[in-house]
Parts: sequence; structure tokens; C-alpha cells
Amino acid sequence: MRSKLWKLVLGAAAAAALSTGATAEEPKYGGVLNLVVASEAPSFDGHIETTFGTIHPIAPFYSLLVRVNPDNPGDPTDIQCDLCETFETSADGLTWTFKIKSGVTFHDGTPLTSADILATYNKIINPPEGIRSARKDFYLMVDSVTAPDDSTVVFQLKYPSGAFLPALADPFNFIYSKKDLDEHGYEWHQKNVNGTGPFIFVSADPGASVEGKKNPNYHHKGKPYLDGFKAIIATDMSARVQAIEGGRADIEFRGFPPKQRDELVAALGDKITVQESDWNCVLIVTPNHDRAPMNDVRVRRALSLAIDRWGGSQYLSNIAIVKTVGGIVFPNHPLAATEEELVQIAGYGKDLEANRAEARRLLKEAGHENVKIIFNNRGVDQPYKVVGTWLVDQWKQVGIEAEQQVNPSPVFYDILRKTREFDVSIDFNCQSLVNPIADVSFFLPGGGSQFSGVQDPEITRIYDELSKAGTAEQQRSLMRQLEKRILDETASQFITLWWYKINPHRSYVKGWKIPPSHYLAQQLDHIWLDKDS
Amino acid sequence: MWQYIIKRLFLMIPTVIGAAVIIFILPRLMPGDICELRYAESSNYSLEQVNLCRQTLGLNDPVLVQFGEFLWGIVTFNFGDSMWTGRPIIHEIGLRFELSLQVAIMATIVSVAIAIPLGTLSAVYQNTWIDYIVRGVSIAGIAMPSFWLGILIILALLTVSEAMTGTRWSPPIEYVPIWEDPLYNLSMLIWPALATGYRYSAVSTRMTRSSLLEVLREDYVRTARAKGLMEKLIINRHALKNALLPVITIIGMEFAFLMGGLVVTEQVFNLNGLGRLLVQAVTQKDYTMTQAIVMIIVLVFVFCNIVVDILYAWLDPRIRYS
Amino acid sequence: MTDTSIDRLEDLRDRPSLWRRLRSFMRKQPLGTAGAAVVLLYIIMAAFAPWVQPFDPLQNSYEFQFVPPGWPFLMGTDEWGRDIFSRVIAGSRTALLVGFSCAFVGATTGLVLGVGSAYFGGRIDLIFQRIIDIFMAFPLIVMALSLVSISRAYQVSAENSVYFVIIAITIPFIPRCARVVRASALAIREIPFIDAARANGFSDTRIILRHMVPNVMAPYLIMITAFVGEAILLEASLSFLGLGLQDPLPAWGLMLRNAQEFIRSEPWIAIWPGVAISLGVFGFNLFGDAVRDALDPRLRSQ
Repeated sequence: MRSKLWKLVLGAAAAAALSTGATAEEPKYGGVLNLVVASEAPSFDGHIETTFGTIHPIAPFYSLLVRVNPDNPGDPTDIQCDLCETFETSADGLTWTFKIKSGVTFHDGTPLTSADILATYNKIINPPEGIRSARKDFYLMVDSVTAPDDSTVVFQLKYPSGAFLPALADPFNFIYSKKDLDEHGYEWHQKNVNGTGPFIFVSADPGASVEGKKNPNYHHKGKPYLDGFKAIIATDMSARVQAIEGGRADIEFRGFPPKQRDELVAALGDKITVQESDWNCVLIVTPNHDRAPMNDVRVRRALSLAIDRWGGSQYLSNIAIVKTVGGIVFPNHPLAATEEELVQIAGYGKDLEANRAEARRLLKEAGHENVKIIFNNRGVDQPYKVVGTWLVDQWKQVGIEAEQQVNPSPVFYDILRKTREFDVSIDFNCQSLVNPIADVSFFLPGGGSQFSGVQDPEITRIYDELSKAGTAEQQRSLMRQLEKRILDETASQFITLWWYKINPHRSYVKGWKIPPSHYLAQQLDHIWLDKDS
Repeated sequence: MWQYIIKRLFLMIPTVIGAAVIIFILPRLMPGDICELRYAESSNYSLEQVNLCRQTLGLNDPVLVQFGEFLWGIVTFNFGDSMWTGRPIIHEIGLRFELSLQVAIMATIVSVAIAIPLGTLSAVYQNTWIDYIVRGVSIAGIAMPSFWLGILIILALLTVSEAMTGTRWSPPIEYVPIWEDPLYNLSMLIWPALATGYRYSAVSTRMTRSSLLEVLREDYVRTARAKGLMEKLIINRHALKNALLPVITIIGMEFAFLMGGLVVTEQVFNLNGLGRLLVQAVTQKDYTMTQAIVMIIVLVFVFCNIVVDILYAWLDPRIRYS
Repeated sequence: MTDTSIDRLEDLRDRPSLWRRLRSFMRKQPLGTAGAAVVLLYIIMAAFAPWVQPFDPLQNSYEFQFVPPGWPFLMGTDEWGRDIFSRVIAGSRTALLVGFSCAFVGATTGLVLGVGSAYFGGRIDLIFQRIIDIFMAFPLIVMALSLVSISRAYQVSAENSVYFVIIAITIPFIPRCARVVRASALAIREIPFIDAARANGFSDTRIILRHMVPNVMAPYLIMITAFVGEAILLEASLSFLGLGLQDPLPAWGLMLRNAQEFIRSEPWIAIWPGVAISLGVFGFNLFGDAVRDALDPRLRSQ
């Protein structure tokens, strides 16, 4: 056991060393990247889809207006131009002006102008009646979008917002050509592709694969390095792992559980490079505030107090894609709580026995000792079922008997969002760009994705203040207040452990840096292959 | 004879309608909704978008209208578009049907290649150690869960290939039609065909054995024996030929099942076949797709059934008049 | 006089003792005997599970994650530090519950429907045949997936989820058994003594129970023995698709499925439930095969 563990640590360290060494090398041209994806794209239109199943095979065909720096995807503030040359904001933060690159053409030869960007954002922000747009609500701050000339796009905001630029950089905001939208309508892009991205669409076989070839006229000069890529659908996890092991695929971009990483490293040694990162996704325990016993704050607090987060971080990270203990903010972000701040929150204290004693006391006081609750969970292995089984065991330690119902996804959502026949349910928050002030709006009472039924004006008040806060210190202190209010005082919902992204890939895949989200930085223009060395 | 065939064809109509009713109702009794699911991955859930999606897909139409459209689709063999991908169902099914058909044919060949020689051996040497070994080996095939057998096969390939060549080899994970690249195609499909063929050979081995035992007791075989013909000749010339009819029936029925029933094997070997599509369609609540695949499977089954029945009626005139 | 066929008279004349018949079965069917031994072992294991299992099969202990086989964990521990030996033993209860109840309920319902259909004949038989056809043609997996999903909407607990899995597996068994039984029953129906019994004014129930049912016992028993193994495997397949039984219930199919992730790093987690399923199904099938040989007069060796 122990020696195996060491081997793994060394392997990971060697891998980390390798990947940092890679940046210094001169990129090589050529080769085709084979990647495996767990699910098929429901459609090719990023504007209406929300799944990585669309991003992984389709994002390489498109450009965005602005994007997260693919060479530094871990830094949420490093947003740079993709189709724009420069961008600037007025002093009041209300006017954003983008200068568009000249000489860019779509794959069908049509030159790109500001009109295309305008048409795209009109589709996203103000879709015509009957046309869907999945992230329309991200742009509530936008007053108008205009294109004063062929190379300028101006966004006029209703109020200044730190969430605006990250929202523009959302990886689903593929830029379409106005000509296509005018000629073929708003649904054409669901089945057809015409972008300005590093790769040109070749073919898509239903249920099997999507293929792209190099775009010789790509607007980032000298890129892409690859001759092409192929995204192969493999729904079964062991099939994906074995494909990488047997050389049928080079990389999987979503993430593997820790044991699969260990297996690949054990089987392939230095032919496998492992990149790991905290993941901007978290499972959130959602009590149903509308019915007993969860309408009692003492019971909710007891539920959170029973969870051994620090211990779980150790032993659960052996078997699940979760690891880091954190509050409501993505760990390692400047706005996230430090360990000293975290341990002040109920359920985060390091003295597990004291926490659980307190939980039992609260339950007794509330008259709910040995309470039985119904726990709605989603029938997805990683990490839902693993975390669910862990939670049930944690709650058992303080006398709560939770009956876990692992439901197929449609049933799970039906119960969470419609019938609400649960005492506690898993819910999750999973965002592409790390943008804590926007991300924590998830917890707001009455929000679109808030299904706990929490009623607390104080949470809304603190959040309003937070979103208007000017300085980083103010933001930080308000964020702490909000965190304390949500996780401790009202225990309206609480955090389990933050996800942990593990990407083992063939070592000859170079130039790819692990982002904190499986949606981000997937255009593949910066990836190259080094199969000879 | 024609009268019998026409009668059989007419009897298939209630079966098809009955199956259509069940597959229309059953998925609609399952809780949940394709539009909820489509927007489930994101935490930015918007009721407005879900309703819009329901409207676009026709889920808000009256149930009877939906059923009418479905029935008309069966009659005209036009099943419409998949609710999940929006692409025409015929287009979605095309490639997968091809793959499933090839695996079913290959698995059937493997199954026959195992069952007939082993069943014959087992019958000829009834109650000797040869019989015991054959039966033991054949039953062992169905004793393992299919996903377990599949995973073990892939693991064995990875390990053995490394021991022999130094690099790890696993079967391709992407289907290429056999006429484009036969070697690549076979190197992918041979493994699931072997696994499935071996599993399904158990029943036909058993059938070969018992019907051969029966035939070997018939008078004409005894006569042949009495005439002093060689045992091998008797079995090849006389007995086996007559014993094979029920075996062929079993194989026909299994073939119908293999077309859509290899759900688990397809997952493990990453085959983009009908079974995997069916499970996906059911779990994603893609009604149109589920209905279409189930009806295709039912039609294949009913068709195989009729062929077998007619074959029997042709060989055994008593059935026709009962 | 109706049920004293020549065979039965002979039976009465020199009925061998149970022991002698058993010995003769063992001599003629060594494979069947081996199968019967496995079946017996599994039944004993299930009956005495709570007293045989050394640990609580549901107890998580994080300090014992992934312990290899040894002492005190004979088969090692799994990812939650649960004792695999205890879970395999406890799992025999789930397996036999699923196997026996699916096989018995499925085959018996099939028997009743098949015999009834053959006996009453005419329009009843015709309609019944069509219903059987529908269920035979309908893909089993869709039926199972839907039933299990539907059950989830009604807040079914982990312990009770097993009953819905049983229903989902049983339904496809019914038409298969009914069809085989009906074919045998039809042959009996043609024999004149049934008409004679009717003419003598015996009730339908009496004729069915006294004369038809005993004569279709052979195919019925053959179907039952075949169904047990099949049900255990189907439960594993449903679990593989995530629609079988629910964690943390000790069930072999579920254990094997969850062990997939650890198949190489900690192979013991997968091996033991895999062996338990395979050996069990193998045993049941060997036994069933022998029963079939023994019951089918055409196959008795000369």
C-alpha cells in the first residue's frame, strides 16, 4: 500500500516537472489529436447547449470575442482578445468598446466584420421569440450592443459589473456569421458548422465522432499546430481509460477518478503525464426548507456539523473526483476563505467530535433525535453516488438516518425541481469561468436555480452590497459575511467538498494546460504533439 | 400454403399495434422530461427556456395527437426527428443498424461454429467425460455477466499485447465499415462477436445435443447402423442434417435478439450500436427515438418469427391445418 | 382410473428408495451433482448469513480502505473499508431472493396462463397468444429500465428497490414460460381422456389441476431452473446500467459494477463478487441442465 502510494506521488511529481519543462520547448507542427468524450453533442449550437459534450468536439471550430488565455487558464482574470484586436472600457465602466481584427475569414470564405459579432450577440442576448438562448440571463447588465463601423463593437451597460467581461468570455459564445443567420435562420447552427476557429469541420458521425482539419487561415498566426483532431465518443468510463492506455486516444478533457490515474501511471509510466487542478464545480447539500424537519435551522446545522470535511478530503479523494475543503467561493481564488476563516464556520472546525456532539445536542433540542430523512441523489457515479454514500454515513454518526435514493437524471431533476418530495437533495454549481461574485448568486433566495426554498432577506441584502462593492477588501469582507450567513447562521445550503480535476494524458500531448473547468480553453489551437522524442 | 402465410401476416398486426401502444405509454409514465435534462448540466436553470424547448418539441401537444403522429410514422416508415439531437431518426439509426447487423451476424457465426461441433461431440459421446467437458465449457459461457467478460477480454488484450510486442494494444474504439478497411473493422468487432457468440452458443449447443440424441434413436439411423455404415458417416450424412432444424430456429430467434439486445456489450467495447442508442434514448427521455428503435426491433422480431413459422409449416404440413 | 398410466403402475411396483435414486442421479449426472452442491452451498450461505459474516457488511471504516485479502479481512476490503467477505456472504441473500422469486413467480404465472390458454382454447387462446407475442417481441431492457425508473418516482428505499428490480426481471419471464407450457399443454389437451373427464362432469379446475398441470411439470421445472441463473445475471446487467439495486445494499452485481474502477489497482474488490456470481450461475445452470436431462425421456441414455 505505502510503496504504491509513493510511486504515485513520484509519478505525479515527475509529470508536473515534465509539463513545466514542455513550455520551454519549441512547438512542433503536424499530427492528429484523438480525444475521447463521454457524451455526444446534443446539437452544435453552443448558444443553446450547456454540456461539455458540445464544447469538446465543437469549440475548436469557432472563435470567441474574448477568451481565457489558454496558456494560463488557471487565472480567471487573464482574459484576452480572441477575435478583437483591443478592448477598452470607459471610466464609468458603462461603455465597452471592442476593435475587431481585420482579415479574418469564416471557413466558407466570408470575411468577418463587426456585423457578425453584433448578430451573434443579438442572438445570445435578445433572441427572437421562440429561439432559445441558454445563458441569456448572464447579460442582464447589457443595455445595447451596436456596431458603429465595420471594425468596432460597443456594448452599453445599464450598470457597471465585474461579471460582464467573464460573461463575454464564456466558451459557449461561438461567433457566427451574420450571413448564415440571415440566410439559414437561427437553427441552422444546430446541425451545421461555419466558424473562424483553428479547425475546419470535416464530418460528424452520429454517436461516433466529430472530425476537424487544420484551418490554414487561422487568425492567430502560426497556429494551430495540429493537422487535425478527432473527438471520439466513448460513453463507458473504462472504455475511455482503456482507449488511452491502448493508444487509441491521446487525452480526455473532462477528468478521470484518482484510481484510473493510478492505473494509467502504473501501466504506462512516463508515457503518461498527469495534470491536476481544483475544479470550479461543487456538490451542494440542499435541504428542503418547505417541510419539517428541514424547516428547522437547528436540524440543518446539525446536518452540516456531522460532516467530516477535513477527513473526507483525505480518504474521499482516493476514490472520488472531490478533494478540497472550501466555502462558497472557488478555493485558491483571492475571494475564498482562508483555512483560519473556514474553521470558524459550523461544520468546518477541526475537532470532529466536538462538531458531532454539538450536532447531537441541536437535534435533541429540536426534538429530532434519530430523525429519518429522504435524500435525493443523482445516478451518476462520479462524484454524486460516491459523495452521497459518504454523506449518508456521516449523518448516521449523529443519529440521522438518511434514506438515499439514487435516481436516474430525469427523475432526480423532477424531484428536485418539480415535485420537491425530498428532505435533502444534492444540487450542484458548476461554472466555466471562475467568477465568484456571479457564481455565488446560486445561493440567493428566489433565484432561478435555487431549489431549497430558502427565505432570507439578509442573504439578498448582503449580496446586493457585495455586487456593488468597489474595492477588493470590501468584496472580501462582504463575501465572508455572506458565507457565514449561508453556511452557518441560516445553514440554508451547505458545501461538501470541491471537485478535483485529474487529467492523465499521453505525454506527447504538449502545450495543453489544465483549466479549472472542463468547459474552458478547449479550442485546441495551442496543443501540439511530440511523438518522436 | 399461401393462405397460411397471409393468416400469419394478419396476426402480426395486433402484435405491432400492441407493442406500439406499450412503447408510447411506458416512457411517458417515467418521471422527468427531456427539456429539463437538456438544461440540467448547467446550474443556470431557466424555466422559460425549458418551456420553450417543450413547445418546440411538441411535448405540449395533446397526447392523442402525439400518438396519431407516431402511428402514422410507423405506417409511412418515417419516424421524424430525434428529440435529443434534432436529426432525422433514419439518419441516426443508419450507421448503428449497420454495426449492430454486422455484430449480430458475426456473433451468430461464432455461435454456430461453437455449437454444432460441440453439440455433436456431446451427443455422440453422451455421458462420457467428453460430454461433461463440453457441457461444462458451454455453460461457463453464460455464467459470467457480459460486462465482466468484456472487461476481462480487453484487459487480457492489453496485457498479452504488451508481453508479446512491448506496446499495449487495445481494440479500436471507432467503427469503420468493413468494405472500407476490413482489417481495422474486424480487429474491433471480432472481440465482442467472440464474447457474445460464446455466451449464446450455450443454448444452441444444448439444442444440437438433444435433437441429435433424439434423431440417433430414430429407426433409419438404427437401420444405417445395422447396415454397418461407419459411425462418422451416419452422423454427418443422416443424423445431423435432420437434427439441425430446431437448432436453426433457436439461432433465428437469437439473431433477432442480438440486433438490439447487446446493450451492455456495446458499452464495454464502445460499439456505436442500436442497443446503446436505445438505452440512451430511454434514459434521456427521447420519446420519438425510443419509439422508433423499439418498433424496428419489434418488426425484426416479428419478421424472424414469421420466417421460422413458415419454414416449419412448409416442412411439417400438420401445422397448417391445426 | 384416469391417472393410472402404465408408467405410474411401474413406479408403484418397485419404487427405489430415495437414497438409491439420488445415488443413481449422482452416477449418471456428475455435473448436475456438482451443480446441486453449489446450489446447496449458496442456500446454506444465505440462510446463515447473519451468523457467518464476521463484520457488518454496511459498516464504513475509512482507516481500512483497500486492505488486501488477509487477516482479519479474508477477502480484503473495498473502497469504503467494508469487509468484502461479509458483503459476499450477505450478497447471497440478495442473489437468491432475486433469483428464486423471479424464477418462481415468472414461471408459475406462465404455467397458469399457459395451461389456461391451452385448456380453454378458442378465442381466449387466440387473444392470449397475441399478448404473449407482444411481450416476446418487446425489448426486455426497455421494460426493465422504465419499470425501475417509474418505481423511483414513488420514493422507494434502497431495501425496497430490490422488489422493483424483481418485477422488472419477472415480467419478461412470464410469456416465455407460458409459451413453452402452452405447447406441452396443447399436446395433452388432444388426448381423449381430458374429453372423457369433461363428459363425466368433472369441473374445469379439477381437470386442470389433476390432469393437465402434472403433465406440464417437466417444462415448468426446466424453465424455473434456467430462470434462476438468468435472473441473477440480469440483476447484474441492470446494476451495470445504473438501474439495478442501490448502494449500500450488498449485492454481487452492484459490487462488481462498482469494482470496475479498481479492477487493476485493487483486483480483489472485483474478483470475489465476480466469482460469486459466476460460480452461482454456473451451479444453477449445471443443475438445471441435469434436471432437464433427467426429466426428458427422449434424452435418457440407452
